[in-house]
Amino acid sequence: MALDKNGIAKRIAQEVKNGYYVNLGIGIPTLVANFVQDDLDVEFQSENGILGMGPFPFEGEEDANLINAGKQTITALAGASYFDSSLSFGMIRGKHVDLTILGAMEVAENGDIANWKIPGKMVKGMGGAMDLVASAENIIVAMQHTNRAGESKLLKRCSLPITGVNCVKKIVTDLACIEVTKDGFLLLERAPGVSVETIKKATAGALIVPTDVPEMVL
Amino acid sequence: MITKNVSNVSMALEGVSSNMTLMLGGFGLCGIPENAIAELARLGITGITCISNNAGVDDFGLGLLLQKKQIKKMISSYVGENAEFERQMLSGELEVELIPQGTLAERCRAAQVGIPAFYTPAGYGTEVAQGKEIRDFKGKPHLFEHAFEADFSIIKAWKGDTAGNLIFKATARNFNAPMAGAGKVCVAEVEELVPAGELDPNQIHIPGIFVQRIFQGEVFEKRIEQRTITQK
Repeated sequence: MALDKNGIAKRIAQEVKNGYYVNLGIGIPTLVANFVQDDLDVEFQSENGILGMGPFPFEGEEDANLINAGKQTITALAGASYFDSSLSFGMIRGKHVDLTILGAMEVAENGDIANWKIPGKMVKGMGGAMDLVASAENIIVAMQHTNRAGESKLLKRCSLPITGVNCVKKIVTDLACIEVTKDGFLLLERAPGVSVETIKKATAGALIVPTDVPEMVL
Repeated sequence: MITKNVSNVSMALEGVSSNMTLMLGGFGLCGIPENAIAELARLGITGITCISNNAGVDDFGLGLLLQKKQIKKMISSYVGENAEFERQMLSGELEVELIPQGTLAERCRAAQVGIPAFYTPAGYGTEVAQGKEIRDFKGKPHLFEHAFEADFSIIKAWKGDTAGNLIFKATARNFNAPMAGAGKVCVAEVEELVPAGELDPNQIHIPGIFVQRIFQGEVFEKRIEQRTITQK
């Protein structure tokens, strides 16, 4: 059975290692924080200026001064720090953030990503996405394998305006966990109960299928 | 001692006029100079170019200036949290230049610290790179980006003193810090203005040298855009 959003987040949480500083994008990536193992020391960075971001506050404890990049009220954990936007992107550009998890509309087999603009529709902007994908060395994309029309989002080349080039390292979708290699998409794992055939059909870009493709362990 | 304090917002914004380029601090509605924005709306100046990460919501923040059609151009990283913005953008009344957020922040900081231009990898291979010089460093392509030029930078801090020293609160520091001193005149509005000597110099985030005018805002609504809570 294909994974739901929490399932995707749960699988990605396995990629978070002890001592990591992690930047989470808006949407499914935000859910990853809920599934990171309690015994790991991990700090979440939000690009509007906090390291050590905690969960949403209890009712009545919201602070207009303390939000995440999605403009949601948050809390700060022990050891947290605040900083300005320039220094925040200095952390990102300077490769001090270990892992970046973000959503995408399309990923190409060479690691290009498109996630900011659909021509003809209202364009809201790239926010910090272009800075993140241009500098981060470890980028995991969380997304559905196909779009609402049933078309593959894993393509030979992106059809939408791109956000960055050759940057995505790994993709976790509702159907599979895939590594982006120089030869194309390498199928690492299947979602529980999902066949290799289903994944092949849903992938438009070159898909490398090893002889044995294990099911995800969630 | 050099003092920077003025008694009200209208004195703080003296000299702001139509067709100027203004930098405005804040991320979403967090840390926006709301008293100064209300005064800009009252002044009714038009043709403003705004350098600001976002464009407010319909009835708050820069949305107030959009409502009155005072803004000619927005230079931002993420916009469109308000319907009037979308209408003006689609009808061509409002010009919009979208810039990667880190590049936006650094173009402010570059203006603040006297660096005319810099290279950044953000936007390489995308439409943001169109028409820009590209140079490789250690085999990686970078875009050449320039410091902003603005007539005024208008920022908001939590506490300030009469010498213009500023302390920010939590994530409200955002663009307010790199915009300090990034315009020809920097105006800072603070929630609490104290006499020089009362703030601990160890705790100052922005030294008063970057600020020309400082005033205590009359009212701070500090609206929350997305109120998210954890159930007990």
